[in-house]
Amino acid sequence: MDKRFKNKMPAGKPEITRRDFIRTGAVLGGGLLIGFRVSAGGRLADGRQLGAGMAGAAGLGGGIPAEASPNAYLRIAPNNKITVVLAHAEMGQGIWTTLPMLIADELDADWKDIQVEHSPVGKDWNHTVFGIQITGGSSTTWSEFDRYRMAGATARVALVQAAAKRWGVAADTCMTANGYITAGDKKASYGELAQEAAALPKPEKVALRPASEWKYIGKGARRLDGPAKINGSAKFGMDMQMPGMLTAVVAHAPAFGGKVRSFDASKAKMVPGVKQVVQIPSGVAVIADHFWAASQGRKALEIVWDAPAVITSDTPAQVAEYQKLAATKGLPAAQKGNVETALTGASKLVEAEYVFPYLAHAPMEPLNCTVKLDKEQCEIWTGTQMPGIDQAAAAKALGFTPNQVTVNTVFLGGGFGRRATPSSDFVVEAVQIAKASGQFIKMVWTREDDMKSGYYRPAFVHKVKVGLDGSGMPIAWQHNIAGQSIMEGTLFGGMIKNGIDESSVEGISDSPYLEGIPDHYIGLHTTKSPVPVLWFRSVGNTHTAYVMETMVDELAHAAGQDPVAYRRALLKGKPRHLATLNLAAEKAGWDQPLPAGRFRGVAFHESFGSYVAQVVEISMEKGQPKVHKVTCAIDCGVAVNPDGVRAQMESCIIFAQTMALYGEITIEKGMVKQNNFYDYRIARMNEAPVIEVFIVPSTEKMGGAGEPGVPPMAPALANAVFAATGKRVYKLPFMNNSFSNA
Amino acid sequence: MISLTVNHRSYEVDASPDMPLLWVLRDLLGLTGTKFGCGVAQCGACTVHLNGEAVRSCVTRVSRAAGQEVVTVEGLSANNDHPLQLAWAEFDVPQCGYCQSGQLMAAAELLRENPNPTDKDIDDAMSGNICRCGTYPRIRQAIHKAAELQRKGGANG
Repeated sequence: MDKRFKNKMPAGKPEITRRDFIRTGAVLGGGLLIGFRVSAGGRLADGRQLGAGMAGAAGLGGGIPAEASPNAYLRIAPNNKITVVLAHAEMGQGIWTTLPMLIADELDADWKDIQVEHSPVGKDWNHTVFGIQITGGSSTTWSEFDRYRMAGATARVALVQAAAKRWGVAADTCMTANGYITAGDKKASYGELAQEAAALPKPEKVALRPASEWKYIGKGARRLDGPAKINGSAKFGMDMQMPGMLTAVVAHAPAFGGKVRSFDASKAKMVPGVKQVVQIPSGVAVIADHFWAASQGRKALEIVWDAPAVITSDTPAQVAEYQKLAATKGLPAAQKGNVETALTGASKLVEAEYVFPYLAHAPMEPLNCTVKLDKEQCEIWTGTQMPGIDQAAAAKALGFTPNQVTVNTVFLGGGFGRRATPSSDFVVEAVQIAKASGQFIKMVWTREDDMKSGYYRPAFVHKVKVGLDGSGMPIAWQHNIAGQSIMEGTLFGGMIKNGIDESSVEGISDSPYLEGIPDHYIGLHTTKSPVPVLWFRSVGNTHTAYVMETMVDELAHAAGQDPVAYRRALLKGKPRHLATLNLAAEKAGWDQPLPAGRFRGVAFHESFGSYVAQVVEISMEKGQPKVHKVTCAIDCGVAVNPDGVRAQMESCIIFAQTMALYGEITIEKGMVKQNNFYDYRIARMNEAPVIEVFIVPSTEKMGGAGEPGVPPMAPALANAVFAATGKRVYKLPFMNNSFSNA
Repeated sequence: MISLTVNHRSYEVDASPDMPLLWVLRDLLGLTGTKFGCGVAQCGACTVHLNGEAVRSCVTRVSRAAGQEVVTVEGLSANNDHPLQLAWAEFDVPQCGYCQSGQLMAAAELLRENPNPTDKDIDDAMSGNICRCGTYPRIRQAIHKAAELQRKGGANG
């Protein structure tokens, strides 16, 4: 371990008193249940306060309950099975494994006894900071670090007390290991003691273990969802099949804002297997015995659509509009000094304009939702990042109260933000079909539905002007951005402050580079469009990091300095930033020469409370970059599951490679041009680089891992392309740029 | 009625001949391990073996499988112990997991045809299968490992 990172782990310190936590209780039929409360401290990994605005503004009755129900997080059954109940959804990021690790370390559980399930909807499972039930913001591990460890620790204390009582020995003579308690020659399994533990008074005092005693945290464990995902038994929303269930496919309006004027279903109803055709607010649904019949029925529908009155979002016109806006001063997102004056005094000016398209999340599992509706009850099965929001939206669509709606969260075949829709679009659509038809249905979107029917990472244009002093360092930074707000008009609208949706400017307004620049102005123009937009893995950082990190690279070259050295100078006095950048540079051999035809680029970005640097090595082939290797360093504080962090960095890098090289949704006559993977290209095996991930040994504040690996990749790749060709990429994706005369 | 054998069991299905094998497997036989990802043979999530050959079941008419042997991920091994499944577990390959059935079935054909694949062979055999979580580096590692296991154990590739 690097000497710079002394072990100053805060964990083990908290001693939580009875007032703060616990209810234990007995399982029906025996066993121990653990629920408890942690104080909702209310901080984002990066220090910003988010929870209050989110839950409060949303009017969702959010927050953490004073006391959780006893079975909230952990159940121990007489047969020794330990069930961990997840407050968050598994969508690939690995929390099906990481949260149980937190419990196992405190409980001394046998890993083989642990099974996992998604929680139902309820305040007990609200996010400890955001105050609503949500999986997002790369926040699961740090936000649950105390709560799930406390669940394990509480259960252990309760079991030890039961053993001590049974054997008539002092509790401190009882030892726990691998699901057993021993005292002298006496031994009992957790399962044997569970019922007695539940009958005892609640543990008075529970302390968390110091880091030195961790067996799983910082070391890792095999994925608990692995076996089911390699033999076909894992159940995703798409795999719901129940007696009496039919399949529904929806014909959506071809243009955003379009409505059904009239339709003729007679041919659709002649397709064998088609049962019913119903109109719903978002289109016409065909309900059939199975997907194939429903999709054939949809093809046979004859629908006359009312086109939207005004089409304002065709891509070339939108880009032109955004370019005009970005050339003017937007609402202030961050400002200091007088940037106009400072620019006039600069020795050198560097200016650029950047254009970013809409992007589709395109999770491998197309959207789907299963709904069983009775007169007074609605049961839903779907892969969702916000089951509570979906429950409320379904209830509203039905005229029900939320407690009449049950949401069963199943594995998500990828989320990336698409399954965290404030409007609950696909859940509401499925509920509308069930309501209109009276049928028990699984609504299935095709890939084309997914590509063409929203939601998208918003399109943006940035215009940047930077003034350098005589030594080549930035002294003035003027930056205006134009694009749609993700939060405006949604449940999260209350988080917009002074006209600024943070998700449009994050990564710039809070950039570590700007702090040292005496005069700067970051302005935002929030635009309107009928094209629905949504957070997309790493959200605003998908475009802001690109601008900041390619611009800083450009400044380094303008100053005649090495890009890593230049960044070091700008990040002076920021140890976590520097350690991460230095680790990536060192491991990539930044100071060593490359073989002929190979080129490197570097980028660093801080997001979701974590610090990530990447060095990308490319060659140019057929006029486009081929990525050979990515060296990645991350400081996320304590890496609870190091291999999980590495897996997320790999995932982020390839996700961002797709975004940079190919990602583009274009709008023509109000319609999305792209259809499927043949015209919305995704990076494939033959393009996958060698990826090496290095985790900075860190005991600093924890950050996330699911998203912060995305932002640096595209700019590092762009900087490598510049090294190779002398050309800067200002208009994404790369595939629309020509580098051929390089 | 169309007869076909899936994972060594015989079935008679009442389906139109042009119904894709994918939907017969999933919606008529309840074998949901084979996934729907694109419907147009672009992503490989629906990959199954038809008489040992990897095919895209979303564009394979069930009539083509009539009287033939189909193997899906559920039939890849009896106990999760195909060398690929052992290697997949060792490297913790799956993330969301949705594409992995197709990845495994594509890799299984590769390993049977080529017990010692190079990186280039893996590129050629696996580039028809999209993984949005980007598990490609681990898939590559796991295929190399499975090849090694298969060579050592003479297992059931």
